[in-house]
Amino acid sequence: MSTIAPQSGSRSHGGAAYRPSTWRRVQSWIAGHVVMFSALLVLVYLFIPVAYTFVFSFNNYRKSNIVWNPQGSPTLKHWKDPCGAPGVCDALVTSLEIGAIATLVATILGTMLAFALVRHQFRGKAASNLLVFIPMATPEIVLGASLLTLFVQGFSRFGLRLGFWTIVIAHIMFCISFVVVTVKARLQSLDPRLEEAAQDLYAGPGSTFWKVTFPLVLPGIVGAALLAFSLSFDDFIITNFVSGNETTFPKFVYVSYLRGIPAQANVIGFSMFVLALLLVIAGTLVNNIRKPKV
Amino acid sequence: MGLFSKSGGSGGFREAKGDLRLQEVTKSFGDFTAVDNLTLEVPRGSFFALLGPSGCGKTTTLRMVAGLEQPTAGRILIGDTDLTGSRPYERPVNTVFQSYALFPHLTIRDNVAFGPTRRGEANAAQLAGDALELVQLSHLAARKPAQLSGGQQQRVAVARAIVNRPEVLLLDEPLGALDLKLRRQMQVELKRIQSEVGLTFIHVTHDQEEAMTMADTVAVMNHGRIEQMGAPEELYDLPRTTFVANFVGQSNLASGPITGRDGDRIVAEVNGTQVAIPSSRCAVDSGEVTFGIRPEKVRIHEQRPEGAGSDVQATVRDVSFTGVATQYQVEVPSGAVWNVYEQNLDVKPISVRPGDQVWLTWDPAHAFGVPVDSDAAAEALAAVDAP
Amino acid sequence: MSAFAHAAGGNAAVTHQDPPARRRSWATWLLLLPGFLWLLVFFVFPLVQLFTVSLQSKYPGYPGYYYRDVNFGNYVDALTQFGAHFGRSLLFAGLATLFAFLLAYPLAYAMAFKAGRWRNVMMICIIAPFFTSFILRTVAWRQILADDGPVASTLNFLHLLPGGRITETWVAVVAGLTYNFLPFMVLPIYASLERADHRIIEAGGDLYANGFTTFRKVTLPMSMPGVLAGTLLTFIPAAGDYVNADLLGSDRSTKMVGNVIESQFFKVLGGFPLAAALSFTLMALILALVFVYIRRFGTEELL
Ligand SMILES: Nc1ncnc2c1ncn2[C@@H]1O[C@H](COP(=O)(O)OP(=O)(O)OP(=O)(O)O)[C@@H](O)[C@H]1O
Ligand SMILES: [Mg+2]
Repeated sequence: MSTIAPQSGSRSHGGAAYRPSTWRRVQSWIAGHVVMFSALLVLVYLFIPVAYTFVFSFNNYRKSNIVWNPQGSPTLKHWKDPCGAPGVCDALVTSLEIGAIATLVATILGTMLAFALVRHQFRGKAASNLLVFIPMATPEIVLGASLLTLFVQGFSRFGLRLGFWTIVIAHIMFCISFVVVTVKARLQSLDPRLEEAAQDLYAGPGSTFWKVTFPLVLPGIVGAALLAFSLSFDDFIITNFVSGNETTFPKFVYVSYLRGIPAQANVIGFSMFVLALLLVIAGTLVNNIRKPKV
Repeated sequence: MGLFSKSGGSGGFREAKGDLRLQEVTKSFGDFTAVDNLTLEVPRGSFFALLGPSGCGKTTTLRMVAGLEQPTAGRILIGDTDLTGSRPYERPVNTVFQSYALFPHLTIRDNVAFGPTRRGEANAAQLAGDALELVQLSHLAARKPAQLSGGQQQRVAVARAIVNRPEVLLLDEPLGALDLKLRRQMQVELKRIQSEVGLTFIHVTHDQEEAMTMADTVAVMNHGRIEQMGAPEELYDLPRTTFVANFVGQSNLASGPITGRDGDRIVAEVNGTQVAIPSSRCAVDSGEVTFGIRPEKVRIHEQRPEGAGSDVQATVRDVSFTGVATQYQVEVPSGAVWNVYEQNLDVKPISVRPGDQVWLTWDPAHAFGVPVDSDAAAEALAAVDAP
Repeated sequence: MSAFAHAAGGNAAVTHQDPPARRRSWATWLLLLPGFLWLLVFFVFPLVQLFTVSLQSKYPGYPGYYYRDVNFGNYVDALTQFGAHFGRSLLFAGLATLFAFLLAYPLAYAMAFKAGRWRNVMMICIIAPFFTSFILRTVAWRQILADDGPVASTLNFLHLLPGGRITETWVAVVAGLTYNFLPFMVLPIYASLERADHRIIEAGGDLYANGFTTFRKVTLPMSMPGVLAGTLLTFIPAAGDYVNADLLGSDRSTKMVGNVIESQFFKVLGGFPLAAALSFTLMALILALVFVYIRRFGTEELL
């Protein structure tokens, strides 16, 4: 407010000339902070169930972790023994493994597709773009149902059972499209003159790619991989269709819901959240403070 | 990353020394001809400026020399080495791009060291340091391009090209984005660098003043062809086409039939007035000719001058005093408007007012004759009449 | 993540840079082949197969058995028996998309224009809840909104809750859908705002003195590709969702098509053909709506 004070002082001398600008400043100050304030509220809204999860990881409950047990004081016992509930850690490990494999494969395949779609001229490009787009426009339940049909009717004769690998296959499939659009956007915003400049400076096709194109597209690829991993790790609907007896972390939570979700799941869910947050924040910080190499 | 650094590299690099020659080079995009049968020779170590209106094919020409575009027909040589068909990284040619095209992920030093490193120079860092010294940016070597001002980025782009000591350095409107002051400063700096390192510079610009002050040779390009080429003063003094007469400086032009000869002069009748052009300065010797005279070569008289050779009566339209000179716009009998610049050498006040009748004279030795070009003349007329 | 703006537009903006000289076609095919093969085998082919299943007929008298046929009866059943579920799916998804848009825009706007170096942190805050798991968060909402939970009891105390409860109603289902798909709305809008030329918005600020006019005439149109992609990425999965209706809704009045498909597949003997027909009907409805929507609001950049 102090910035406005001198102006309101001068108004008494200068007449009404200052009024519009002062008023507009107040207006824009409010407008600017209203936006920021509501953005923060939305973020808080996003975090409410995460906070709930966190709080209930300390619940000293008797039968099921649904209501806070007023008798039992908060306990750390679930944090001390996060694998205490049968199956929860296996499910987590399965989810992480599936996420890692699916992310790796989908990122590679999707990046290759993105390069071809942006950098190469070929017939059927529009159709190819459509083929990449449609999986994103298909409800997960349809994807899951169709894959289940394929695995049960088409692939069982090859000895492919529902389980770990069918989940991996399905996750790769729906992650590819997201990788393609992410990497494509990055590639399209890349100035083609940078690659020309590299060629002009004696870099052949190989060095041009590895020294200029790839480093510049890398943030897009990393972002795509991060997104793919998040989508895979969090997927439930498709997974539920194609998982057979295999249990991923979301499926574990869903299945145990009727009996009551063990607090260990809260511990793990919240830890994963913090881990993801810290990893990326650390990555950003390292990126920012890394001294330019000599 | 080191794993891949060997790929590409300087494998097919071609050593070549000597003059740059373009032989009957044509470049078409579909049925549009951007560069049309261009033949050009740039002596080694000269500063060559390519001047021309937007879209005339300057950038395309440079890109063909750099190897970023392949000519549809013709050959490009440096010395006796034919570079046609070779890749950009195989040519001893470097480009300073109009938008600088600095690598945003590399520091200034790494940007400059990029070329030497690719060529496997052992002392790439040393070379980069020297080049940055040359453009006086050593203190910013550790920054990224985004942390530099426009003028600084431009100098980095020059350093990044020059560090390679290419036979030919191409500059595509490198000063276009700079303000006037920085522009002048960079012109001086570029010229200094050029004389210091002695490379062949090909400099594309829109700015004729820039071309005139910097270059040993200026080529004026139009519609994919070179209209005229020569030393700046030569180009100004004796344009060979209507386009050049109008594009390089201003000209007063008028067309008419050649009526005869008078010694070593060609006489033409232009709107009822007999004008003489030295035959060595006239590009045509029969039929129609466009007579031209530069505005500052014309004198203005309030009375009919005694025994003058070439004279025309005209009506003053506008007088503007610019300090050093006074600029008149006068209407000649044909209805065309001519420009006349008079240096204010005398202290007498200007007595000519718009609407006055005046007489124009000039020394016939300054007149020139170019072939009639109705398109170019129409453009010029439109330009003069406009405001 | 800037990609999202293009999520819905396959061939968007490819033309602005001239394509480099034609590459050898074997390189192109080498790049395309693995990805396309994957999508063909695990996306196109299964859809075709699901379609053939949707045309199969049941063996009369042998529950659980069906034979190859071209029988559109399953589609008739799907629409006549489950019309209300389709209506609910589209309605709930539409409402959730609207609310998600209203919540997402300020957040995306603040990230793009006000957050400065906090941008990346805010971005991570939007993605990180994925790692807590969709199911766990939805269950958390169920407890928060439960009859004896803080929200419902406060509202009841103030007599502001007509039905007396939130869970087991459509309100809870729509709230859950809104919450769960919010990130898919925020990210594309953010991407398109971030890519927009800030100078144009400043110029707009000069032209239209009023901040809101600037927003309406300049900022919003520039973020349209992102809004479009975001609404699609929210609406489509929301329309196919069954978890929110399952965890937050009631047994009867809030079930969506997803719930029917899921139970036909897993809980009804011989429900495959009907489930397949339901899936295809849902997809057709969604594609038709999306098509109309894109025709109505789409810019050149989309499709
Ligand atoms: N890749 C291309 N495809 C089709 N036409 C092109 C291409 N590149 C250039 N042209 C055309 O060729 C002509 C010459 O272009 P060029 O870039 O050489 O002009 P310029 O003289 O550099 O102009 P400016 O001064 O505006 O930079 C233009 O008319 C342009 O439209
Ligand atoms: Mg150009």
